[in-house]
Amino acid sequence: MSQDARGSPFAPHTPEETVAMLDAVGAESEEELFDIPEAVRFTEAFDIPQRDEQEVRRELRELLGRNDDLVEFLGRGHYDHYVPSLVDQLSLRSEFLTSYTQYQPEVAQGFLQALFEYQSMLVELTGLGIANCSMYDAATALGEAATLSQRVRSVDGSRVVVPALLAEGRRGVLENYASGTGVTVDSYPMDDGNADLDGVADALDDDVAMVYAESPTVRGTIEEHLAAIGDLAADHDALFCLGSDPVALSLLEEPAAVGADVVVGDASVLGLPTSYGMGLGMFACREEFLRQVPGRLVGASTDEDGRRAYTLTLQTREQHIRKERATSNICTNQAWVALRMAMHAAMLGPDGLVDLAESCVRRAAGLAARLDDVTGVRAPVHDRHHFREFVARTDQPAAAIAEDLESERYAVHVVDDHLLGVCVTETNEPAVDGFVAAIEEVA
Amino acid sequence: MQFYDQARWKDDEGEAYEPLLSEKKSREEPIEDAPLPDDLTRDSLELPDLSEPELARHYTRLSQMNYGVEQGPFPLGSCTMKYNPKFTEDVAALEAGAVHPDRREETVQGTLAMLAGLQDYLGRIGGMDAVTLQPPAGAAGEYTGLLIARAYHDHNDDDRSEVIIPDTAHGTNFASAALAGFDVVELPSGDDGRVDSEALNAAVGDDTAALMLTNPNTLGLFEREISEIADIVHEAGGLLYYDGANLNALLGRARPGDMGFDIMHYNVHKTFATPHGGGGPGAGPVGVVETLEPFLPDPHVREADGDYELYEPEHSIGKVHGFQGNWLVLVKAYAYIARLGDPGLADASAKAVLNANYLASRIDYEIPFEPFHHEFVASAGDQDAGDAAKRMLDYGVHPPTTKWPEIVAEALMTEPTEIENRETLDQLAAAFEAVAEEADETLAAAPHRTTARRIDQATAARSPRLSWQALDQE
Ligand SMILES: Cc1ncc(COP(=O)(O)O)c(C=O)c1O
Repeated sequence: MSQDARGSPFAPHTPEETVAMLDAVGAESEEELFDIPEAVRFTEAFDIPQRDEQEVRRELRELLGRNDDLVEFLGRGHYDHYVPSLVDQLSLRSEFLTSYTQYQPEVAQGFLQALFEYQSMLVELTGLGIANCSMYDAATALGEAATLSQRVRSVDGSRVVVPALLAEGRRGVLENYASGTGVTVDSYPMDDGNADLDGVADALDDDVAMVYAESPTVRGTIEEHLAAIGDLAADHDALFCLGSDPVALSLLEEPAAVGADVVVGDASVLGLPTSYGMGLGMFACREEFLRQVPGRLVGASTDEDGRRAYTLTLQTREQHIRKERATSNICTNQAWVALRMAMHAAMLGPDGLVDLAESCVRRAAGLAARLDDVTGVRAPVHDRHHFREFVARTDQPAAAIAEDLESERYAVHVVDDHLLGVCVTETNEPAVDGFVAAIEEVA
Repeated sequence: MQFYDQARWKDDEGEAYEPLLSEKKSREEPIEDAPLPDDLTRDSLELPDLSEPELARHYTRLSQMNYGVEQGPFPLGSCTMKYNPKFTEDVAALEAGAVHPDRREETVQGTLAMLAGLQDYLGRIGGMDAVTLQPPAGAAGEYTGLLIARAYHDHNDDDRSEVIIPDTAHGTNFASAALAGFDVVELPSGDDGRVDSEALNAAVGDDTAALMLTNPNTLGLFEREISEIADIVHEAGGLLYYDGANLNALLGRARPGDMGFDIMHYNVHKTFATPHGGGGPGAGPVGVVETLEPFLPDPHVREADGDYELYEPEHSIGKVHGFQGNWLVLVKAYAYIARLGDPGLADASAKAVLNANYLASRIDYEIPFEPFHHEFVASAGDQDAGDAAKRMLDYGVHPPTTKWPEIVAEALMTEPTEIENRETLDQLAAAFEAVAEEADETLAAAPHRTTARRIDQATAARSPRLSWQALDQE
């Protein structure tokens, strides 16, 4: 460390260099360079002590160590899959990690190509013509879909219709995005965890700009009537937006085949470990919406040497050019998470992805069957196919069971007074026997 | 002068650089014997199918064809491309932090304590009474702040439809205001590049919900009349919003809260050195004054008798992220702030401003607006700033932000940050100087030493090919 020990460890200036540089700019002190009126000068302290690296690491290890060490059987929009080491090792290469938005594509071909590959994977998974290179998360991607529906629909619609059972975060964010464009959010009823088709039909009229459905749903059920929902939406010239994720899409019906116009969801089910809800907003849509898509798009072109090269394109949609008429306000996005998702998907390959998706169905069904054998528990509550998670009915109050399970080191969702949500993937599978035994004890 | 020849993997047919994953090896996996009825599954899935060693090589080669802060200077104005301390990745990777957002509060006291700690640090640094960490980037912070402004005025039965934004502001300001349902009133800058209080007086009124300001502004100038500006906006009944993109200029010198700002966002991936990740993720926490605390997003973290809890503020605007924002970014920001503390933070700003001034003193391009702080906007004059930037790539440095703000013709917006030493700044200055003396044709032909030569932007936009499927269709 050559720099002034009392300053920032990441500013390399020695005291002599500082003096020489001040000299060069004709200033006597650093303070002189700040053109700040006396009245608003800050003369106090933050009272944040400086610590060395080891201390900060110790402090944070201790702080986070206050979290209970639980095996999580939690899902509802944030899922844990095993992330292969290659993803960390290569995504952390500083050429990727410390770069930024590719404003100079000639020197950023590597990241652009990785994002182009990410977009292509989403095109394959959704069957839709285009995918952008990331939104913040599933909820904001859903919000963006609602604003898209306002721009592309031939007649104005002032309602967006969503499932009555929807994760609170998604509904909440959607309501905010919708309200800015003068749109209200209504819901259609559910039938045994899935959309109630008659209810969907009743909820629609020509004032509806977008119909949203999910598969898997927040209850973990696989929606069986997507094509019918798509048809209903089309009857009213409304966009059909489908919520899903890349693992589920590796197995389930292709969104384009059921009439989806837009697909949103959390793509960080691949590439990110459990990160307290941090995500990656997947956004794919039909090609005809090309000039109305929110977010960044990577396209192929050629360079001066005639070779294929990649660049951010159609930027006239974006805030830095179109300002208040931009298709979205997003600037910094989740590019690095998209890189990780692509790496993870590539590690799995098509067979690995299909295997993983099939195991999500088998594991959920298997665990539900085991819980159903426990006295005082019925699972799954919904007579549907499930993906990763399901809801169980308990004779005892669900909250009490959840708390008892916590003391046995397991975490589950309390969905309602007598409903528990349970999610199982390859990461908590090894704990399943203990989990079932614990439920036998406490249920 | 130092040069950099970027890696360039290429085929011998002159068609491409590194082949796409799909061109290397691909496979169509049929879906058979799935544990689901056929009508619920797709027929097959076709994706790249490579082994781990092949993938390791693919991504290593891609990384070699990408430029980041650790390769060389990256003075991209307004983006604050600092060095990202290595240890922050290790703290973000701590297993104990890998928890699900729906865990009961009692079982994630560590996570909540860290979030509360970061809220507290940011509050002190910005002079704000309360801070939410939910917004996942700066633009999302703007949007959050404007929703708060809207909810506040609504709560007071005060119907205010306009947000005033200076013409030098970042595009996200305008777009965020529109997304939050406001009409945008663009404020022309005064001759000195700052807010003109007469123009502001003319613009404010009963419809003014807020004025959004960046300070120092995008020219690097401190809004000297900030107290008067605050009075004008407040007397009109509006709120003052601070775009925190340029906070790296002010750490320990001035705080938005003390200047009269009611709402601000922090650009954590800029000021607090979390990696930009090729475009993101970032984080855009929002700070507010006490009166606006009840409007913060749901849930908010607070301490209660030594424990930490989540609660819904009384008049909460609701949610701006599906969960609690970009956790991994927030941990890194906490670690960075803790590492620097008061002296480090103050020094970061001092050296950022010193570096910008030193670099500016060594280049000949005109810099129309002074005195700037952590960044300056030079004019390429008769040259095309975009071409000049491409040529700088040949001199082994990343160029500045170009052609913005528009108030400077052919703008080169330059922000070296505190992390560069004197030699690197001299190298940057040499690159500027070399380019300044070159002919337009030379600039237009650049770059030569990068992986790709100049890319045809017009064709990319005219016939968009956004996936390997689109390429296959040709
Ligand atoms: C001045 C200014 N304001 C706002 C933003 C938006 O921040 P973000 O990219 O984090 O959304 C930027 C970032 O690029 C900026 O430079």
